[in-house]
Amino acid sequence: MKTVMSFLAVLAVIVGFWYAACVPMNVKGLLDAAERAGEQVTPATARERRDAGAFGLVVGNTFVVSRSWSVDRPRLPAPHQVAIELWETTVQKKITSKRSLIYHGKVTLSATLLGFGIGTGLGILLAVGIVHSRVMDMSVMPWAIVSQTIPIIALAPMIIVVLYSIGVQGLLPKAIIAAYLSFFPVVVGMVKGLRSPDHMKLDLLITYNANTAQGFWKLRLPSSMPYLFASLKIGIAASLVGAIVGELPTGAVAGFGARLLAGSYYGQTVQIWSALFAAAILAAGLVALLGVMERLILNRMGVKA
Amino acid sequence: MGLVLMAVVLWGVGWWINMRLANGPRSETRLVQLAVPTIFGATLLAVWELLVHGLEVPLVILPAPSEIAVRFSSSLPILWADFTQTILKGALGGYVMGCLAGVLTAVLVDRSDFLRRGLLPVGNFAAALPIVGTAPILVMWYGFDWQSKAAVVVVMIFFPMLVNTVAGLRETDAMQRDLMQTYAASYWQSFFKLRLPVALPFIFNGLKISTTLALIGAIVAEFFGSPTVGMGFRISTSVGQLALDMVWAEIVVAAFAGSAFYGLVAALERALTFWHPSQRSRL
Repeated sequence: MKTVMSFLAVLAVIVGFWYAACVPMNVKGLLDAAERAGEQVTPATARERRDAGAFGLVVGNTFVVSRSWSVDRPRLPAPHQVAIELWETTVQKKITSKRSLIYHGKVTLSATLLGFGIGTGLGILLAVGIVHSRVMDMSVMPWAIVSQTIPIIALAPMIIVVLYSIGVQGLLPKAIIAAYLSFFPVVVGMVKGLRSPDHMKLDLLITYNANTAQGFWKLRLPSSMPYLFASLKIGIAASLVGAIVGELPTGAVAGFGARLLAGSYYGQTVQIWSALFAAAILAAGLVALLGVMERLILNRMGVKA
Repeated sequence: MGLVLMAVVLWGVGWWINMRLANGPRSETRLVQLAVPTIFGATLLAVWELLVHGLEVPLVILPAPSEIAVRFSSSLPILWADFTQTILKGALGGYVMGCLAGVLTAVLVDRSDFLRRGLLPVGNFAAALPIVGTAPILVMWYGFDWQSKAAVVVVMIFFPMLVNTVAGLRETDAMQRDLMQTYAASYWQSFFKLRLPVALPFIFNGLKISTTLALIGAIVAEFFGSPTVGMGFRISTSVGQLALDMVWAEIVVAAFAGSAFYGLVAALERALTFWHPSQRSRL
């Protein structure tokens, strides 16, 4: 309860700070508009205002403060503008409309989930191989770790274009990028998990005369579950980032990445912010969903959380 | 066809050598542990080279390693300019600012129970968000040059640093804190002599995560607008010109920069937290 109260208080402070920041951020654009409308502003010309500090301008022209939160194309939109845009583009638009965020969200989500599925599946398979084969462990594992220090997302535009040139387009290229990003966290986490049973437990299975497959299904796999879920949560967030970045080079067709890019081309800041928040809500939702699954499955398996 | 066959044979030979090395009697020695991944990597490169030539893969799909190497060595000045712009200015500048901001905020947050309770859920939430998406906004605010890239990096690494440092500062146990109290240590004395050293492994964990994030942030932010120099800019324009050897050369630079950056932070960690069990066990 105390946590919820503190959380809400911090949230209120952040929102308040955001509203306050709108005033100095938007003041120059507002003053230019006011000057064009023939109002008295100080200093009078845009040239003089360009080098003036934002706070000085606010103090000199207090009448613009009240307009800071309802600018048409603000540098920083107010929270309620973003909320209204989110509401209008999700609930009030038809899902099939090109302007509906749900439509764009669905495009991004399908690429994310497909990629996440592929990446997780391959990652688990490779982890199983690494745990059971000494050669694979020694030759692949160092590279898997090194590759995590490399910004692989730089590959995204190339993957899109190369796949396009051999005739693959649409969902799959984005899914491949998403898969690529979720692959390595899963491999590293799963290897750690499959190795987590200690010697006592492994020895116990030997005294039971269990073979490797039995040891895998009855001991290693169950004890890897907490590690698996920890890396799945990292993986799905990475997949979403991959899918969004994968949408950038296709030239803004559909998806959250396209909304971001189109918004930045046309200066539609409210659109950027609403796409950003929609993506954030989606990411939080996916991670929360995995968290619920984790709790259910681990409880059922009797693992103490 | 002959080249493809050679690739398959080479792969088999490389794998066989690694099998012998890994399952052999000397598999625990340092030399073998270094040799096996090296042989694996070299075989992979050779197979790539042979397959590209053998199957006559066009340059616009996958250039051979040798072509990438040629392009790399012939365009060193461009690569160096991009490296300075993206890594040294954008990523490193943002990294220093973001880490400082994260750690200092964590020290403040740690002093107040209220703030910790309220900010940590926000921090945990933010750590899972696609923060790269703020890039178009920050590019709009701070212009096309490296400042906006540094800003993206700051936003990306602030929360991981905050969460890790706060967790680290809570790591002392009651006995240790009591001991400091019996010494009549002031807040800052016990901070610098007890809690900061104990928090260091956590802080370094955050620092290591942030190295990769910093490079990702700096490169992706350039996709939204940049001066005519920089790794992200070069990658996106070279992809447009189908000059894939240039793209791969930039990726090689990114890979080296990422590994070196991470290695540097890891070396610093070893030097500063030599007392921690996770470091001692390696000796």
